[in-house]
Amino acid sequence: MNILVTEHIHKSFGDFKALDDVSITIPENTIFGLLGPNGAGKTTLIRIITQILMADQGKVMFHGRPLELEDVHRIGYLPEERGLYKKMKVGEQLLYLAQLKGMSKAEATKKIKAWMEKFDIISWWGKNVEDLSKGMAQKVQFIATVLHEPSLIILDEPFSGFDPVNANLIRDEILEMKKKGITIIFSTHRMESVEELCDHIALINKSKKILEGPKKDIKETYKSNTFNVLHHGKVNGLPADFDTLSTEEVEGAIHSTIQIKSALGPNDLLKALISQVEVHEFVEKIPSMNEIFIQKVQEGGHE
Amino acid sequence: MNKISLIIAREYITRVRKKSFLVMTFVGPLLFALLIIVPTWLATRDGDEKVIEVVDESGLFKTVLTDTDEIKYSFMNEDPDALKQSLEGSEYYGFLYIPNIDIDNPQGIQFYSTSKPSLSVIGDLEWGIRQKIENIKLEKSGLDKQVLDNLKANVDIATISITDQGEQESSSIAATGIGYISSLLIYFFIFFFGAQIMRGIIEEKTSRIIEVIISSVKPFQLMMGKIIGVGAVGLTQFLLWTLLTFTITTVLSSVFGFEPQAANSMVNGQPGMAEVQAAAGDQNEFAKIMGAIGSINIPQVLFFFLIYFLGGYLLYGSLFAAVGSAVDSEVDSQQFMLPVTLPLILSIVSLGAVLNEPDGSLAFWMSMIPLTSPVVMMMRIPFGVPIWQLLLSVTLLAGGFMFTVWLAARIYRVGILMHGTKVNYKVLAKWFMMKN
Repeated sequence: MNILVTEHIHKSFGDFKALDDVSITIPENTIFGLLGPNGAGKTTLIRIITQILMADQGKVMFHGRPLELEDVHRIGYLPEERGLYKKMKVGEQLLYLAQLKGMSKAEATKKIKAWMEKFDIISWWGKNVEDLSKGMAQKVQFIATVLHEPSLIILDEPFSGFDPVNANLIRDEILEMKKKGITIIFSTHRMESVEELCDHIALINKSKKILEGPKKDIKETYKSNTFNVLHHGKVNGLPADFDTLSTEEVEGAIHSTIQIKSALGPNDLLKALISQVEVHEFVEKIPSMNEIFIQKVQEGGHE
Repeated sequence: MNKISLIIAREYITRVRKKSFLVMTFVGPLLFALLIIVPTWLATRDGDEKVIEVVDESGLFKTVLTDTDEIKYSFMNEDPDALKQSLEGSEYYGFLYIPNIDIDNPQGIQFYSTSKPSLSVIGDLEWGIRQKIENIKLEKSGLDKQVLDNLKANVDIATISITDQGEQESSSIAATGIGYISSLLIYFFIFFFGAQIMRGIIEEKTSRIIEVIISSVKPFQLMMGKIIGVGAVGLTQFLLWTLLTFTITTVLSSVFGFEPQAANSMVNGQPGMAEVQAAAGDQNEFAKIMGAIGSINIPQVLFFFLIYFLGGYLLYGSLFAAVGSAVDSEVDSQQFMLPVTLPLILSIVSLGAVLNEPDGSLAFWMSMIPLTSPVVMMMRIPFGVPIWQLLLSVTLLAGGFMFTVWLAARIYRVGILMHGTKVNYKVLAKWFMMKN
C-alpha cells in the first residue's frame, strides 16, 4: 500500500519551472529519502504535499484518494526554515500548534506532557521560548511536528543545526516511529544519513525526478562489478575480461581495484588472482549513495 | 474550535498580557485626564495675590483701579522716589506711578517692579487707565456716555439647523469638537494598530514560525485572524481608556472641586472645550453648549464612529499586513509605508478645509473615497450628512476593504514564504498575479 503518490506534478513560478512532471510513489511504513541538490525543487514538492502551494498540474493521492484540506491533520511537517513564537511559553505554544492541527485541548495537554517527560524537558513548560538554547528549541519543534500522531511525517533537513547528541535523539525517534508504522519523508542532501536511515529514495535534479526506487535496488543497479582486493605479491597481467583500475601498496600489502568487464563472475576473478598472488581480502565494491548522487547529478549537468 | 478563532484568541491573549498593554492602558487615561484637568486647573486657580503700590498725582484713577482677586491696589501719598527705592525687599509686586498727566497726551506713566511684570498685569493696568481717559475725553467732547453705550450692539447668532426632527439649536463649536475628536481617534487607531499587524507578521517571518503555521492553516485564515485579533485588542484598549479616563477625570474633578457636570460631558465625546467653558465661569455659554451637544444626534455619531472605525481599520490593516508579508524587517517596510499612509495623512491635513465647508465638493468626495472616508466622514457627521451619502460612503468603504483584503491576501500568501528577496513594486505585482 502506498501512503502518498504524486502524479505528474508541474509547478512554475512565473517563468521559472520548479517542478516538471514529477511522479513519486511513497510506500507505507518506509523512510523515504527525497534527495537533490539545493534548488532542485524538493521544498516546492514538499510544500505541495503539505498544501502550502497548489500544483499547476497533476494530483496528489493520499491513502489512495485525492489529498484533501483536512489531511493536514494527518501530516506532520518540520520545515527547513523552522522557528517558534519567541514571546510565548513552551507549553502554550505546543498547545496552540496542536490545536491548529485539530487536537482537543485536553488531549493535546496530555500528549505534550508525555513527550516533554520523554525528552526530559517537562520543567520548561512555563519557560519563554526566547530563553531556550537552540538545541532546546529544536526538541520543542520536533515535538510539535509529531504531537498529533500523523501517519506521514515530513522532515526537511532535520539534522541541520542539531548538535550530535540531539541529532542522535531525533534519529532514534525516527527509527522508533517507523516501528510504529509511520511513514517518514526525509528531505536532505546529506548522504550519510540517507545511507543509514532510508529504505526508498527519489532523486530530484533541475525540477525533474531522475531516479526513484528502493535503496537496495538502486545500489544493485549502480554496481559496476568492481572488487576491492587486498593481496600480497604483484599481479602480473590478468585476462582481458578484467580491468585493474588502481593498485596501491600499503605496508607491504597491495590494494587493487579490479572491474569485471565481461559476463564472468567474481569466482572467475578470484581464480585468476589466486594463481598469481595470496589474497587476504576480496570485497565487492558497492557504490555509496553519495557516489550515485554525484554521478546522476553530473550526468544531468552534461545534458 | 475553529482555526481562525484559535488564531484570534492567540493574537488577542498574547497582546493583552503584555506589560506594554497594561502600561498603555493605565498611563493613557492618566495622560488624557491630565490634558483635561491641568489647563482647567491652571485657568481657574487663584493666582498669587499681587499688591501694587500706586501714586496717582492726577487723582483720576482711584475709581478705576479697583481690587480684584489677583491684584490689590494700595494708593499712597508718598514721594515716588522713596517708594521706588524701598520696592526692593518689600512684599509689593510693583509700583505704579501716574504723574499729573495731560488728558490729550497721557505721557510719563511708569511701572516699577523687581522682576519682569506679567503681561496680564500690564494689560489690566493699561486697560483700566485707557478706559478712564476715554471716558473723560467723551465727557469733554459733550457726548453722553449713555448715548454711546446705546450705540453698542451685542450680536450673538444662534445657529439653528432644520432637520427632520424640526428646528434645533445647534452649535458649530460642539460639532467641530466631536468631529475632530472622532476623526483623530480613527486616525490614531488605524496607525497604531495597523503597525502592530505589520510588526506581528514580520515577527512570524523572521522567527521562521510561519511555514509551520501555514502547514496547518490557510494563509488567509492566519492573516484575517491576526487582523481581527489585533483589532479586538484595539477595541479593548479604547473601551478601557474611555472608562478609565471618565473615572479619573471624575475623581480628580471632585478632588479639585470642579463642577462634576463638566466632567460628565466627557461621555458625549466633548471633554476639553466644555470643561474650559464651564471653568471660565460662563455658565450661560456652557449650558448653551450642553444644549448644542444634545442637539447633535449622539447615537448616530456613535454608530457611524464604530462603522468607520472598523471599516477603516480593516481597509488599512490588510494593507499593513501586505507590507509586513513582503519585507524581512521593519526597516525595509519604509518604502511601502509611504503610499499606504499618504491617504491617511492627507485626510487629516484636509480636515480644516472640510470644516470650512462640510457640504462642499472636497468634503463630499473625500468622504466617499474609502481611503479617506473614515477620517473625513467623521468630521462631517456631527454637522449632519444626508442619509444617502452615508449609505453610499459606507457601501463604498465595505467594497474598499473587501478589495484591499483580497489584494493583501494575494500578496501575503506569497510574501510570507519569501526570505531575503529584494522586493519592489514589480515583484509585488508578480506575486499578486501568481497562481496559488
